[in-house]
Amino acid sequence: MSAARTQAILWLVQRATAALLAVFVVIHIATMIHAVRTGLDAASLLARVHASIAWPAFYGAFVIVAALHAAIGLRTVAAEWLSWRGTGADATIALVGLALAAAGLRAVVAVSA
Amino acid sequence: MRPDRNHPAWWAFLVHRVSGIALALFLPLHFWALGTALQGAARLDAFLEWTDRPAVIAAEWGLVTLLAVHLAGGLRLLALEFLPWREWQKALAALAAAAALATGLIFALAR
Repeated sequence: MSAARTQAILWLVQRATAALLAVFVVIHIATMIHAVRTGLDAASLLARVHASIAWPAFYGAFVIVAALHAAIGLRTVAAEWLSWRGTGADATIALVGLALAAAGLRAVVAVSA
Repeated sequence: MRPDRNHPAWWAFLVHRVSGIALALFLPLHFWALGTALQGAARLDAFLEWTDRPAVIAAEWGLVTLLAVHLAGGLRLLALEFLPWREWQKALAALAAAAALATGLIFALAR
């Protein structure tokens, strides 16, 4: 795949993930505000996530989309501010994205299991 | 500062970028904290109790505000890139800043 085509696809994926994250983040902030108002403790946090399969599904999707968005964003920052481009940069950032997704999914399992 | 950079759109770009980097750096810590639940609810509770101190509450407020800043800045970018250009879009940076600060304030009052 040409570099220009890769760039175009990443640009589009970054906008698509941004649009999804806009919805996810609004739900996340609203949930956080509700949680801190009613007292933040493990029992109520776990009870909420255990209440419906929709919560683990929501957080699982949130993690994957956020990891993708963060990795593409960091790739842009590395290229523009550190002049770090090319295969080495791309491979490193892909690993960062995968590590973020793995850590996030581990957290989802931790609060859902 | 270069004079060509001292305008609202450049500041909006810088705030969006810096808030994005800060959130990316915070994510591993956030996932680690929630992952403590793998060792049982008591372990997660111990962590949550540790967070109940003024410095951590202030940091939480900062993080929620950063998230709101990045969200509002991102919505501004999507509006600029995907909607037909209108004069009111010049005011989006101010609107994004106001929405983010309002969100931070609501969280601070709730906490």
